[in-house]
Amino acid sequence: MNYIEPHAHMVSRTTDDYEKLALAGCEALCEPAFWAGFDRSSADGFYDYFRQLTEYEPKRAARYGIKHFCWLCINPKEADDPGFAREVMALIPEFIGRENVLGIGEIGLNKNTRSELKIFEEHVQIALDYDLPILIHTPHLEDKLKGTRIILDSLANFSQLDRGKVIIDHVEEHTVSHVLDAGYWAGMTLYPESKCTPARAIDILEVYGSENIWMNSACDWGVSDPMAVPKCALEMKRRKHSPEMIRKVTYDNPAKFLSQSPRFKL
Amino acid sequence: MLNKKELLDMQFIDARARLIDLAAFLDRLERHEGGDDIRLRYFKEALPILQENRPDRAKAVLEKFSDHTTELSETAPFQGATGAPVA
Repeated sequence: MNYIEPHAHMVSRTTDDYEKLALAGCEALCEPAFWAGFDRSSADGFYDYFRQLTEYEPKRAARYGIKHFCWLCINPKEADDPGFAREVMALIPEFIGRENVLGIGEIGLNKNTRSELKIFEEHVQIALDYDLPILIHTPHLEDKLKGTRIILDSLANFSQLDRGKVIIDHVEEHTVSHVLDAGYWAGMTLYPESKCTPARAIDILEVYGSENIWMNSACDWGVSDPMAVPKCALEMKRRKHSPEMIRKVTYDNPAKFLSQSPRFKL
Repeated sequence: MLNKKELLDMQFIDARARLIDLAAFLDRLERHEGGDDIRLRYFKEALPILQENRPDRAKAVLEKFSDHTTELSETAPFQGATGAPVA
């Protein structure tokens, strides 16, 4: 099957993983800017990271016939220092026009702090200024429900925001209806320990439907599986979901959302 | 979609193994020294949800492990998460 991996942190993965993705049918993948597992000591670290996302990774992916796209921002884990965050955000205009940049992401909240929220809202404004889609990270574990509510309240203050151009990622059973009911897209992250397992992601599809929702591996340097999306597709098949349904959530839906960026071309 | 019997045929052994793992986890904690931990309190409070007759047990367990406060923090006390609202 062909599928789109809409959220993968390939800077943390090996070239072998690109080969596995290609063998599994991955046609395109999207890499949001994120935390490296440690705090970078200067904005220069992000300058190099943005070059990696826009220059180096697309070439690495292309060697396996995979189209590589990315999102830019300073992630919420490093956004609690507003001065530092704004130094990084000042780099975005230099990179925002590059051919594989889809929009602003993954912005959001981590520990639900005032500074994180302020920087989140400044990122939203950048996306609006450039008329680009937004990819939003919701906090981990015990912080997710509260963070999701704060994010939704904040977004409601942007009257000019097209909610159809915003995807709120890492939803689980306790947050998915908040996101979908408010008119946003929802992303389900398939992780072995936290977020959704494939079985639970399929439950969510069965309960909440398959409109405006996608699934991703969000594979990175932590406990994660770059093969999570094709494995979930296999699990859907075992649970007797139709080929059309499987294609919808693994290909058609991501393609529909991502095509709102003028740079997303398959 | 699958019917109940087909789902049980596919997933019962895996679910059974997970349930035994949970029991063994609690036994293991019981055997080892140490004081009370709020994470374990939340864990034990979540267990009865499994026995409730409702269609949204997973959601209820996630809500049990969630921070239900509404105010923003001034600063991040730490970067990660523990799985239960410990603060």
